[in-house]
Formats: sequence, structure tokens, C-alpha cells
Amino acid sequence: MALVSVANLTRIFDVSKPWLNRLIERRKKAYLTAVSDVSFEIEEKTVYSLVGESGSGKSTIGKMLVGLQRPTSGSVKIRDVDLARETDAAKIDAVRADIQMIFQDPFASLNPRWRVRDIIVEPVAARGGETKGLAEKLLEQVGLSARDAGKFPHEFSGGQRQRICIARALASEPRLIVCDEPTSALDVSVQAQVLNLMSDLKDDLGLTYLFISHDLTVVQHISDRVGVLYLGRLVEEAAPDELFDDPKHPYTQMLLEAAPKLGEFGRDVPPPKGEIPDPINPPTGCAYHPRCPLAADICKAERPQMRELREAKVACHMAK
Amino acid sequence: MTQSVLSIRDLTVEIPTRHGILRPVDGVSYDIAPGEILGVVGESGAGKSMAGNAVIGLLSPPARIAKGEIHVNGKRIDHLKGDAMRRLRGKEIGMVFQDPLTSLNPLLRIGDQLTETILAHLDVSRSEAEKRAVAALDEVGIPGAAERITSYPHEFSGGMRQRVVIALALCAEPSLIIADEPTTALDVSVQAQIIALLKSLCKERGTAVMLITHDMGVIAEAADRVAVMYAGKLAELGSVRDVLTTPRHPYTDGLMGSTPLASRGKKRLHQIPGAMPRLDNLPDGCAFHPRCPFAQDTCRADPAPKLSDGNGAACWFPLSHAEAVA
Amino acid sequence: MTEMPLPPDAPIAVKDPSRLSLALQSDFIYTFKHSPVAIVSFVVVVLMVLAAIFAPLIAPYNPFDPASLDLMNGFSRPMEPNAFTGDTFWLGTDDQGRDVFSTILYGMRISLFVGAAAVLFAMVLGITLGLLAGYLGGWTETIIMRVADVQLTFPAILVAMLIFGVAKGITPVEYRDQMAIWVLIIAIGLSDWVQFARVVRGATLVEKNKEYVQAARLIGRTSPSIMLKHILPNVLSPVLVIATISLALAIIAEATLSFLGVGAPPTQPSLGTLIRIGQGFLFSGEWWILLFPAVTLLALALSVNLLGDWLRDALNPRLR
Repeated sequence: MALVSVANLTRIFDVSKPWLNRLIERRKKAYLTAVSDVSFEIEEKTVYSLVGESGSGKSTIGKMLVGLQRPTSGSVKIRDVDLARETDAAKIDAVRADIQMIFQDPFASLNPRWRVRDIIVEPVAARGGETKGLAEKLLEQVGLSARDAGKFPHEFSGGQRQRICIARALASEPRLIVCDEPTSALDVSVQAQVLNLMSDLKDDLGLTYLFISHDLTVVQHISDRVGVLYLGRLVEEAAPDELFDDPKHPYTQMLLEAAPKLGEFGRDVPPPKGEIPDPINPPTGCAYHPRCPLAADICKAERPQMRELREAKVACHMAK
Repeated sequence: MTQSVLSIRDLTVEIPTRHGILRPVDGVSYDIAPGEILGVVGESGAGKSMAGNAVIGLLSPPARIAKGEIHVNGKRIDHLKGDAMRRLRGKEIGMVFQDPLTSLNPLLRIGDQLTETILAHLDVSRSEAEKRAVAALDEVGIPGAAERITSYPHEFSGGMRQRVVIALALCAEPSLIIADEPTTALDVSVQAQIIALLKSLCKERGTAVMLITHDMGVIAEAADRVAVMYAGKLAELGSVRDVLTTPRHPYTDGLMGSTPLASRGKKRLHQIPGAMPRLDNLPDGCAFHPRCPFAQDTCRADPAPKLSDGNGAACWFPLSHAEAVA
Repeated sequence: MTEMPLPPDAPIAVKDPSRLSLALQSDFIYTFKHSPVAIVSFVVVVLMVLAAIFAPLIAPYNPFDPASLDLMNGFSRPMEPNAFTGDTFWLGTDDQGRDVFSTILYGMRISLFVGAAAVLFAMVLGITLGLLAGYLGGWTETIIMRVADVQLTFPAILVAMLIFGVAKGITPVEYRDQMAIWVLIIAIGLSDWVQFARVVRGATLVEKNKEYVQAARLIGRTSPSIMLKHILPNVLSPVLVIATISLALAIIAEATLSFLGVGAPPTQPSLGTLIRIGQGFLFSGEWWILLFPAVTLLALALSVNLLGDWLRDALNPRLR
């Protein structure tokens, strides 16, 4: 039984202008489909990574997973409990305590007026748990010093703040941590420290991660399985080695090709064509077809379903 | 030997604060030749952007150039003020910033912004300037340039906007472009497009480019030479191939090792312990010594040696390649 | 080397530095020490507040004790012995023989009390409504902000006079003098809450989307607790600035109302009441009865205002 199972998850935002503007400008209501029919499962004690460019809906999926946003349709089940539909408060509370989140911006994710100690123990204190000495223990666990507990967030660098965020996420002893671009605001050398720390903690504490990133290369070290998103749709899912060695979806191929390479100096490859389309008016059929070198008529007409292809799953009519 | 477009000698920028004087750029020297892309790489706070701002005279007070010289095409510019500096910007130095939205005036059509810039710096008629504006947009790969010239910045996507900014930087035909993190705000696929564009423009026109970024991958793909900065000082300078494949400064070596790109297949990333020291709390000796696996007593006592003749590593014990970690 | 963990035998958690000692080392105090205007206006305000609080101890006469008044002392000129009794008054006396210096001290008491209480009332009302509007959004926000818009279309004095008039109509005659002060406070407070509400709402809109608030929602903190513990401390700096500038305006508003005769009664005269009384004697040559209360009001309002201006600059990081 998977720890997390996401089925046909869809989230639509109403991005209409206020009704008076609509009336005067004679516009219809506008809807943005941020996440469209996404399904995947995360096994206990594994790392699942969602990768996509801006507008791919990766953060929205993360927020729905932790219950910060409600799905428009479809379901997120954690230990078989659907947070958005469950009515038993005790069950909801038990599952809530099992989920934590680490955010992208280490400067916005800590309340500047609170001491680090209070920030870290808040998840426990909010439930009325025992917090004595907890912050100090957790600080040492994430590689900071127990003395730091009495300081305020502004006294720390970005990497240290992200460690504090990790300590807070660990406080309630969760099983699942959703990490929304936890290292994209950090410098390379600090990013390596934080990724290694997260990987160690996962092994020590038996954690499960959903790792959200825009950068394929960052997730390869830590992931057990990677899902690639494009315009709110899951287009490919595979183990990282499989994905890197044999990308099947043309979009994944393009992403890998476009990512800068260290070894190839002055590489001159034709850059990818086109840009991500407007999510309010997505293309028909396969969302990638206007940019796809393989596109055929069927791609314009029919949205491809996820299908098994060798070791991976891919949503493409043409992939072989 | 051809004359360098940009030549910086012993540049030092100081910020007086109540805790003492900070030196975000400390004794930095490098040159950029025509048609060359120099990558300036470093972590946040290393002083890479501050050096760029010093060159274009955009240091915000109280930061000021305390020492050193900046020459553009053989002309000394570090002491220029106000109007003289403004004329130089755009005319001889173009700029591309990280956020394309804030570098364009949202209230002006992009055609007008281009035309105004051309008129301000080149001695041409208005109709000629308009023609050049269309040509500039065409050159940076904006489809339907003649029609898009009447659009406002918000009508373009992020990648297209950055192309407009590049067109704007290029339209007065400067000999030097300073690009400060030009692709950081963009998606991977768009980043690849913008890098390709910068490279081809640079080669075709012989424009020198100072490419400031924190991304080693971007440097590897785009730059000819690279300057690695650490805590305000140059740590290493050399051709991209040499610096990236056989780094001689332990910091460069560690930086390469911690880049996820470099260590494919490894489960753990190499990491440099600690973080870059804050400018108000620099250690004695070489600023990198507390994080350096090879630090010795000399490193703790004496400031790192200056780069001899613009190449190599500012290190007492540069790596010979048997010891390299990555 | 701040990110290196300490050796395990390091002593845990020395005493945390207190918030006060941190505040004393902050840039805020530093800029204060280097701003002569701020220091001077701060000293003036503090002196005046102390003088007002300890008026019964400082004032040489009690102007409201009919037993101590001597009508023969009426219209004494400042610093000159009275023609009949030979008593000398620093700032002269009024027609009833009351010492102007003493009446000013007592008047300042009323003025400061009314001003401070009115600002406090406006602040509590404005912060509460602003927080609710900003955090809850939707209809709550629409209603609160529309009410605020309507309120803004009336001049503050008009609102105050309206409330004052209504209150005067419904209170029995014998309580009118006692009620007058409280009605004044409510009247000025009600005309002043809108700017607090607007600023707090704006700041709340920014803060509520920051990740630390999402982190608090994630662990199941309730909305009131998030508003009070997380958002409120972070929106207080602009409130402090407005409160200071409002205090000056409230003191002036109180003086204006009292001058118009709808404020503090002659039995409990504020500075405004004193100015109203004094202007009756201006053209008969007793200038001191008007001048000294007016100068006091000017000095008080000006110092508070300058202090507020400095605060605004000091708390605005962009102007540093």
C-alpha cells in the first residue's frame, strides 16, 4: 500500500476579472487549469520528484497534497485518508501530523519576530505537546548549534535558515515531507549541503519525500522516482537513471538537452523552439504538440494517456 | 595583441558602515578582449554583481570605488560622473539585468524605448532610428518585429522580454555588454535560447560580454574565460576549459564538485563545509581557509597571494591535479 | 565558521539575549542617536507628558479649586507683581485670577489624555478590522473597506461634531460635562480608524501569502491564532508610525473641537478650551491668556509630528 496515492487530480483556478470589468469589457469568465488529471503514487520511505518549468502545476500539486489547497476534482489519499473529504476530525488530525512541508524561500518561511526555538517547536506546541529541549535537539540534528535556539531568523544565512525550516518540519515526527524547491534559492555549495542533509535524514528517520523542482539535475541524486510535468499534466514517469539515460517523451528529451552541461564547452546546439503556452488557453490534444518535433495529426486531436513503455510510463502518442 | 575592451585594475569597492568599512570588491583585476565572453561566477555576496555595477557607474551610495582603475577601450572611466557616465552607458556599455520586467519601462511601447535609446547615442535621423529598432528586434529573434514594435512590455512573455532587453542593450552598438544573471529568472528551455542568442551576437559583432552568473553550467556553455570570485576577491582566473576541468583553487574545485551536473550517478554530492563568511566578519589570512581542506598555517596568517599576470589561482598551495576531489 | 556543529561537550543554551538588549543594539537606536531632531522632539514630548502627568505636583496653584482663587489676581501680567495683591505669576493669570501656567499644565493633561485615548481606540478598531479584512478577504473585506471608504468621504471634524451632537442629545444634563471627554475620545477615534485599517489590511495581504503563514496553516493553527501570533507582530511597524502622527492630529482635532465649543467643557479645560477662552481677551490687550496655551499646543503637536516623521524614515529600510 502506497503512503500517498494521487488519482486524477485536477485543480482549476478562476482567474476572471471582477464582474464589473467583465460586464464592461464583455469578457467571459476565465479559468486556468493548473493541474489536469494527474495520478501517481509514492511508496513509503522513497523520494518522488516532480519536475517541471514554470506553470507546470508542480507547486499546486504540493499544496494540495498537504491540504493548503483543495482539489477541484480527483483525490489525494494519504494512508488511505482523503484530507479534502474525510469528516472524522481525529483521522484528519492524525494524518496532518504526518505531513510537513519545506518551502522555497528561506527568508519568507520563518516568522522574523519569533525566536528560532519557538519557530521550530510550533508544530508540536500547536498540538499541546511537550517541547522542552526539543528545539536544541533538532538544531543539532540539522547541523546547527543548540545555542542558536535563542536567536532570531535574521541572524542566519540562507542555508542556515533552510536548516531551521528542516528542523521545524521534523519537529512533529512526520512521515511525509513535501519539499517545494527547497534548494533553488541557495548557492551551489550550500545546496549540496542541504541536499546531503535531507538525504541523510531520510535514511536515518525513514522519511518519505515529495521533492518539487524545476531542475532535473538537482533531483537525480535524491530521487527514487521522477515525474515530469508539462502544463499541469504528467508526461513521463520513471526511475532517475532510466529517465536520464533513455528519456522517452520529447519534452523530457528537450529539457535534458537544454540543461547546461559542464563538460561541453562552447556547445552549439540548436536551442529548443517555442515557449510554454498560455495555460488559460492550452493547445488541443497533447499540450506539447506545438513545440514537438514528432507531432502528428493525432497529437493535435487527442490527449495521450499514460502508458507503459519499457521501464517508464509516458503520455505520448509517438514515443517508441 | 589587440586592445582589451574592458580592463579592470586592482578595483576596490568600499561601503562605509557603522561597524567599519566593508570591501565587497577587493583588488580585482581582469580584462575582456573584443568578441570574448568572460564569465564571472561566485556565490551570493561574492561581489560579482558589485564589480559589474562599478564598471557601469551604478554603485548605490554609500558604496564607492576606493581604489583601482577601469578602462573601456583604453579610456579611463572610473572617475566619470553624472552626464559623462550616462553618455557612456548605452553608447559603449550595454546592460542586461536578471529581471526583464523591471528593466523595461512598462508605460512605453518597446519601439519607442529602442528608438529613444538609439537617438540618444547615435547620430541618426528618427526614421533611421526606427528602422534600426526593427532590425534590432529582428536580430534578437522576435518574430514579426515590424508589428511587435508597437507592443508594450507586458504583452511579451518572460523569454521574449529578455530578448527585448538584449535588443535594447545592443541597439546603440556598444563594445561591451554587462549581463547580470540574464537567465536566472527564466525556465531551462528559454535559458538555452537566450544563451545561444548572446553567444551568436557576441561572435558576429565582436562585442565583449561580462556574463555574471552563479550557474557553472551556464559558464561552461557560454564563456571563453572565467573569473571565480570569493568574498570580494578573485579566486581563480583562466580559460573555461582549464578552470573547470583542472581547477587550481580549492574553492573552484569544491564548487565544481557540489554542482549536481558534475557528479552524475553519485548518491552524495561533494560539499564544501560552512558558508561564505560575511563581509563584516572576514577571517584573517586567506578568506577561504576555514572551509579549505588543504589549509595550512600560511593560509591562516597571510592573505592569499594576488593572481600573477591575470591567470591562475590566488592560493598559497594551488592544487596540482592529483589531489583534486571532484 | 558559523555553520559548523559544535563539539558535543559544548555547554547547551547560554541565556538568550533579551529582546530589550537586542533592541538597544539595533540600527534603530543607532539612527535615533544620530538624529538631533529626533532627540530634541523626543525630549520635548517626554517632558510635556511628565509635566502633564505630575501636574498636581508641579503646578503652583490648583486652578480648579475655587477656594484658592482670588479674583483680585485677575489679569496679572506675566512676570510682574499684581497691582492689588503683589503676587507674581510666571505666565500671568486670566480674568478669574487663575494662574495660566497651572491651567496649561492641567489643560495639557486633558489634551494628551484625549489624544492618546482616541488614538488607542482608533488603533484597536482599525487593526482589528484591517486584520480581519486582509486575512479573511471576500465579503468581510468588501464590507469593511466600503465602510472605510464612506467614512473617508466625511471630514474628520464633521464626523466628530456629528457624534458629539448626538451624544450630547442623549445624555442627561447632569452627566454632560463628565461625558464630554469620553464622547470626544470616541468621536476623534471613530474619525481616525480608517487609516489604521487600510495600512494593516495592506500589510496583512502581503504577510498572509508569505510561507511562514502557510507553514502555520499547515500544522493546523486556527485563523485567529495565525492573525494574532504570526501576522500582527509583523504589521506593527507601520502602525507605530501612523499612531504617532495620528496622536499629533488627534491633539489638534481635540483642540479644534474644544475651540469650536463642542469639546472639553470649561470646568475641565483642555488646551483648545484655553485658546477659546483666551481669544476673547486678545483685543483687550491680555495677549498672554491666548498666546501661552497656543504655543504649548504648537510645541506639543510639532514635536510629536517630527518624532513620527523620523520614525517613518527609521522604520523604512528603503530610505536608509
